[in-house]
Amino acid sequence: MKACKPARGIATRAAQLLAVISGWALSGLALAAEWNLRPAGSKIATEIHDLHEYVMILCTVIFVGVFSFMFWSVYAHRKSKGHKAAQFHENTTIEILWTVIPAIILVIIALPATRVVIAQKDTSNPDLTIKVTGYQWKWGYDYVKGEGEGISFISTLATPREQIENRAPKGEHYLLEVDNELVVPVGKKVRILTTAADVIHSWWMPSFGAKQDAIPGFIRDMHFRAEQTGTFRSQCVELCGKEHGFMPIVVKVVTQDEYGKWVGDKMKLIAAAADDPNKQYALDELRTRGEQVYAKNCVACHQATGKGMPPAFPPLDGAKIVLGPKDEQIRIVLNGRPKTAMAAFGGQLNDVELAALVTFTRNNWSNKTGEAIQPAEVKALRK
Amino acid sequence: MSAVIDTHGHAHDHHGGYGGVMRWITTTNHKDIGTLYLWFSFIMFMVGGVMALAIRLELFSPGIQFFNPDLFNQFTTMHGLIMVFGAIMPAFVGFANWQIPMMIGAPDMAFARLNNWSFWLLPFAASLLVISFFTPGGAPGVGWTLYAPLTVQMGVGMDLTIFAVHLLGMSSILGSINIITTILNMRAPGMNLMRMPLFCWTWLITAYLLVAAMPVLAGAVTMSLTDRHFGTSFFNAAGGGDPVLYQHIFWFFGHPEVYIIALPAFGVVSQVIPAFSRKPLFGYASMVYATSAIAILSFIVWAHHMYTVGMPVQGQLFFMYATTLIAIPTGVKVFNWVATMWQGSLTFETPMLFAIGFLFLFTLGGFTGLVLSLVPIDIQLHDTYYVVAHFHYVMVAGALFAAFAGIYFWLPKWTGRMYDETLGKWHFWLTMIFFNITFFVQHFLGLAGMPRRIPDYPLMFESWNKVSSIGAFGFGLAQLLFLYVVLKAIRSGAKAPERPWEGADSLEWTHLPTPVPYHTFETPPVLK
Repeated sequence: MKACKPARGIATRAAQLLAVISGWALSGLALAAEWNLRPAGSKIATEIHDLHEYVMILCTVIFVGVFSFMFWSVYAHRKSKGHKAAQFHENTTIEILWTVIPAIILVIIALPATRVVIAQKDTSNPDLTIKVTGYQWKWGYDYVKGEGEGISFISTLATPREQIENRAPKGEHYLLEVDNELVVPVGKKVRILTTAADVIHSWWMPSFGAKQDAIPGFIRDMHFRAEQTGTFRSQCVELCGKEHGFMPIVVKVVTQDEYGKWVGDKMKLIAAAADDPNKQYALDELRTRGEQVYAKNCVACHQATGKGMPPAFPPLDGAKIVLGPKDEQIRIVLNGRPKTAMAAFGGQLNDVELAALVTFTRNNWSNKTGEAIQPAEVKALRK
Repeated sequence: MSAVIDTHGHAHDHHGGYGGVMRWITTTNHKDIGTLYLWFSFIMFMVGGVMALAIRLELFSPGIQFFNPDLFNQFTTMHGLIMVFGAIMPAFVGFANWQIPMMIGAPDMAFARLNNWSFWLLPFAASLLVISFFTPGGAPGVGWTLYAPLTVQMGVGMDLTIFAVHLLGMSSILGSINIITTILNMRAPGMNLMRMPLFCWTWLITAYLLVAAMPVLAGAVTMSLTDRHFGTSFFNAAGGGDPVLYQHIFWFFGHPEVYIIALPAFGVVSQVIPAFSRKPLFGYASMVYATSAIAILSFIVWAHHMYTVGMPVQGQLFFMYATTLIAIPTGVKVFNWVATMWQGSLTFETPMLFAIGFLFLFTLGGFTGLVLSLVPIDIQLHDTYYVVAHFHYVMVAGALFAAFAGIYFWLPKWTGRMYDETLGKWHFWLTMIFFNITFFVQHFLGLAGMPRRIPDYPLMFESWNKVSSIGAFGFGLAQLLFLYVVLKAIRSGAKAPERPWEGADSLEWTHLPTPVPYHTFETPPVLK
């Protein structure tokens, strides 16, 4: 009994391992319900689904047709069955046929596709126009025309870093949740203008069949008309650097009434939250605020420890720039550093946020300058 | 390979050639250089493969486990560059070196020394790519397409990559000039163009594509280089440039590149299928015309990679129609291969299995290509895993399967030794099964909306990613079996019969002994 214990131990462990692996493989398959396009939430998305289905059916029929010939050949025309090889090697009629028939099939595929392309490209007469700006690595939304004109905010990943680094269980909308959702009214034609501040990004909402690259220095457009209310989620789809996988897109479609209310609330919130750039802030006040700004904008590269990921993403803790003259650091935060991933935050953050951020970095980790940077100093350095 | 070394002993006495390593460095023999290309390509296949496995390891579970996102991007970039430029392209140049002179009855390539140089550029280029990982900032994490303006943010690794692309391009252009000259000028008397084996035709056309496309890529990366260091603004809107210009230039190279990889694969398969069907290739002339048509079309479809950059509707429609047209000549080829098998006398040795695997899966990749050619569907699928699945069906199940078919097919001729048929079949079935486990499910991921080139993903994509990762590791291990089969054949394979494949009928099989001597066709063969 005792002698065979180790052997049995190994056997048991192997059996356990096998059970774990197979159980987990099966559960994986059972969960794998995601295998087709996401449910359509707009007319164009529905048309794309239909087109895809139509083409898939055609392709499947042709595929099965062609390969049933091949597999029949594999089955019946074997040397092992004593099949003697015929020696034919051309047949003009059949060669013309299999050139012309595919051409006809292509025409019947191209016709419905063309119709959808034209509908998709028609961005005229929108009810609401929103400019989307891609930043490394978040989205900026500006309501430029229609109800809500003037609303402007930045939308950043809301998933905590503990979940990404496997230190906390992952939530239901892991990587698909943001702090500020894009809110649009149902049934209204929304025109999206895309651009970017640094590199190319791509804004995509699969449920609406809308995808458009956001290109720095250029404005492109697309449109969608959501047919039902709800929350729709997606991600940036153009490689835009280190945190490309961490800039989700969330659109909340609401009824017209709810939209009107949201616009009102948002306007009030913006007015209330407006920081007073002329106020003198205390060091602690700035540090606390700065920590929040840092967590949203800087932590992905410079890290919570301030150690960065050198050399591409330099440390701030003990860094010359941070401990040196404050004007120089403020200028870099305002204008970015050309040819690196250091973005120009001047357009994304207001003077108070920037002052708080700089104060935080100069008074955190081992950095102890004791300086409180005031918003007025930031303002003075803006070009 | 060993058989070549054996025969070399008595063949080089009138050159006073070198032995050992210097033999390989100084060789101007097309067979030696073919061997170098093939081994180089296999090594790069392993290096690129390890990166692929690193990617699949990270993607096994959501969350960041093994590699930070920056390093992950470096892996995706280098996996792509190394597989395309280091593994697949050199593999087919290796086949061209070995086979073209023997198939057309020529003693060697036209420019033997140039041939040596076009090979020896490659190890330097590959070293630059690998070294870039160890520079400050690491290898570029911009994707193999090297899109501007992200390239401007990269460290010195980006510059090494740009120089590597220059060297690779130079190597390809020189190799292509050599192939074109050899085929056009050195055919044996009576070997007119329309009598050449189809493999030579596909390479002739591929070589023209390379000469036309590679300088365009060199131009694109050079413009990126000057944007990075010399104050130009080709791709910077702030200086009057346009980031999308880079994509136009890149894909003007990039789409022909797809056929640069695919056409020689078509050529190999067009030799293998008739041999094991014991029946002439169906529609030889239409194969030549279809190959040419694909080559010409490949230059007017590039913007189908860019449907989402915001082209005018006329542009989208033009590129959509032009792209769908490619289905016609490609269809002709598939029909011809099936018709070649039809009423043949088929046997299923490993080369034939890989050729059939190619035919089946490449066609599947062709159909997903048709799906992607349609603008509205592509708007949904662009930059998702559907595209990743699609091009791996074309590149791996297409080009790589054809390369395996070619190796198993010609290895007996080159080395005079047979590979182990049972193990060869194991290699095929494992490769076939694990390939589909890895990549078929990626279609689902793409349809469900998983973007490509992300190191972490939402929870709904977890199950298919697990399946895909398991498949990838199986696929990778199966390739070690391939290495074993090849080494075993070279070292201790059974002696190959004089005509290893009764149905193979090009010159190397009918006019040359097995194994082929070091020098062949020093006097041109007599063709009936």
